[in-house]
Formats: sequence, structure tokens, C-alpha cells
Amino acid sequence: MNFNLVAMQNNQIVLNIIRFCTFLLLQVIVLNHINFFGYVNPYAYIIFILLFPFDGNKTLLIFLSFLLGLSIDLFSDSGGVHAAACVLVGFLRPILLKFSFGVSYQYNVAKINKVTFKERLLYITSMVFIHHFMLFSLEIFSLHHIALILKSTLFSGIFSVLLIVCILLLFKREEN
Amino acid sequence: MQQIIYFFIKNKNFLLFALLFLISFVLTLESHSYHNSKLISSTNFLSGKIYTITSSITEYFDLKQQNRILLEQNSMLLKYQSNTNKSIPQKELNNALSRNFEFTSAMVINNVYGKTNNHITIDKGHNDSLEVDMGVISSKGLVGIINKTSSKYARIQSVLNTKSQINAQLKKSKHFGFLTWNTQNPHVVQLTEIPKLAPIAIGDTIITGGNSSIFPKGILVGSIANYTLENNDSYTVDVTLFNDMTNLSHVYVIKNKNKKEIIELQSSGDAE
Repeated sequence: MNFNLVAMQNNQIVLNIIRFCTFLLLQVIVLNHINFFGYVNPYAYIIFILLFPFDGNKTLLIFLSFLLGLSIDLFSDSGGVHAAACVLVGFLRPILLKFSFGVSYQYNVAKINKVTFKERLLYITSMVFIHHFMLFSLEIFSLHHIALILKSTLFSGIFSVLLIVCILLLFKREEN
Repeated sequence: MQQIIYFFIKNKNFLLFALLFLISFVLTLESHSYHNSKLISSTNFLSGKIYTITSSITEYFDLKQQNRILLEQNSMLLKYQSNTNKSIPQKELNNALSRNFEFTSAMVINNVYGKTNNHITIDKGHNDSLEVDMGVISSKGLVGIINKTSSKYARIQSVLNTKSQINAQLKKSKHFGFLTWNTQNPHVVQLTEIPKLAPIAIGDTIITGGNSSIFPKGILVGSIANYTLENNDSYTVDVTLFNDMTNLSHVYVIKNKNKKEIIELQSSGDAE
């Protein structure tokens, strides 16, 4: 029993490390170069933060979010904008979970696939838009361009949500 | 004392968040200041290596078009050469130009144009004697200015960057202004501060001015698409770039051999 639990935890750690690297590379090699309509790029790497175990260590999540964002910044010459946006959603995640799945999310929801589609969409959308708004505010960094910030947030946000939902559907693992 | 420790333990998530957010905010601020982000940049070993690998794969996809661009440039150079051989004065001028400027070819390994502050990464660095503040052009025209180098890679602040201000002029009348970008379209940049007196017509050619020590005079930039008269009695001109900034592969880095001398001379003038 105890051995099984340890094995499961190790599995989780390996899975999350793989996820971290995969989404980092996917973002910097493919998604950063889509440039739909000239400037719209999806930022799907926050799936890592979305899927991080719900009962996992919150402090660790904040630190890993920062690391993920900083790695993306390293590749895309953007200072610290991704790191800031990621750290924010990493910190706000418990609140977003409560907001989307109800107060008792920790006890009855262990996996994102077990909740209804509507709740899942609410969770993804709220996190994506908070992340994107922070990202574009810092990237553009000018009150004169507030319309551009909102426009970029909206278009990129819709694109990211669609992509994330598709990726989650594709890699949905059947629960036994 | 115990209460302080208790406070730290209780709020450790928030404190960690605040610390990390502050770090990223400082990094962001630094990237928005003039000579930017020295710490976080794609010229580091890891991202340079990964971008080299991916670009070595993706470069095959538009090999045909890049070949065509190189052929066009070859034919243009051949034409230029056959013309200059006839007239001796121009040849001497040409020699003077090539004595002052050195050209190094490089490959683009990462090109971003969808943001407000865009950068391009190339596969040569200060091992190939590239330095900060060298100009970069392609066979068709202006690309940008190097703003960070590592041993094997260099990062270019492209003309599609709100922080770029490159000196450029009208080919016909020598009135000069500064090239900026309003983030709207990656094919169009803005030339500001052209005096009201300047004769402007749609379709006129814009070239780099010789006022900076970065670019030689006469590098092609683009053609005038549209112009408006601003409040301060100067024109803002929309310039369609000759260069397709969304599809760059081979670029040339320009080294001005007399740059040090020029800068010394200019700064000594200020001191007096």
C-alpha cells in the first residue's frame, strides 16, 4: 500500500517534468511562430500550471511557474513578462480552483477530467485571460496602447483556450 | 520573535509570490529601458543551440525562395560591376566605401515580428568579431541593429521595434528623419520628423542617411506608401519596407572601421 503510494508520487514527478519540457519546447519552437493575422500567438504552455496536481504543494507550484515563465522569456527575448504572468496565475490558482469547482475541490476533484465540461472551461478561460492580460500589459507597457493590450489579450486568449481544450481532449487519459 | 517566524510560515506562499513577481518585474523594466535586457536573452548557449537545430531543419522549407533572392542579388551585383568598370570615378568611390565598411554574412536562427519589441537572433557572435551597435541588412534592405552579443550568437533589435530609431532620408531631396514603428503592420514602418518643406510623393524611395556611424549612406529601406502632416509642422510618412521582415534568412552585418574615430571626434566636440 505504502509502496504503491510512493510509486504513484514518483510517476507524478516524472510526468510533470516531461510536461514542463514538452510544453516549453512546443511553445518556443512552434507556437511562438504562428503569427495568425500577423500578431496573434497562442500561449498554451500554461497547461503545465493548469494540470499541476490539485493537491500538490502550492509553494512548489509558484516556484515552478516562475521557472517555466523565465525559460520562455529566455527564448523569446521578452525580459520577465512571461515569468511575471506565470507567477501570478501560479499564485492565484487555488482561488481559481475554488471559483471554478466550488469550495470542496480538494476532496472530490482529483483530476481535471472528472469535472463537467462547463466547469473545466471556466477554469481554463479564467486562468488564460488573467495570464494573457498580465503578459500583454507588461509586454506593451504603455497606457497609450491600452486598446492594443485588450485586443491582443482577447484574440490570443480565444486562440489559447481553443488550443488548450483541444490538447486536453487529445491527451485525455481513460480513468480506470 | 516567534510571531514573526509564524507570520513568515503562514504567508510563505504570498511572500514567495511577491519576491518572484518583483524579480520578473525588474527584468521586464530592464528590457524596456534603452540598452536592454543584459540578463535574459536568447543569445545564451541553450536557446542558441536549440534555435540553431530548429532553423537547420526549417531552412529547407524555403530554400527555393532564398535561392531566388540570392540569384537576384547576384544579377544586381553583376550589373553593378559591369557598369562601374566603365566609369573610373565611381569605382574609386566604391573602393572608398568598401574600405570603410566590412560586411559579414550570417544566418537568422530566430525571427520574431508579432510583438511590439521584436528581436532577431543570428548565428554569429563576438567570435566572428560582431559587436553591439553594428548595423544589419539583407540583400533587399534594412533589418536592424545588433544590441547584444554572446560568443556564438547575436541579437538584433529589428526595425519592427518601438525602441528603434534609425536615421533615414528621402533619396531625392536628402531631408532626413527617424524610422520608428507603430506596431500595426510588419511590412510598414514610419518615418517621422520630415520637415514640411520636403517634396514628398507616394512611391518615393527612402534610404538610410549617412548621419549615423552604424549604416553607410544609401542602404535601401522602402518606398513611401502614405503621408500625413502632423501638428508640429512635420510629416509622418508610412514606408513600405522592401524587405520582407516576416521571411528573413541570410543577412549581412556591417562593421564601420572608422566608427571609433567618429565617436571620439563627436564626443570631443561635445566637451568643448
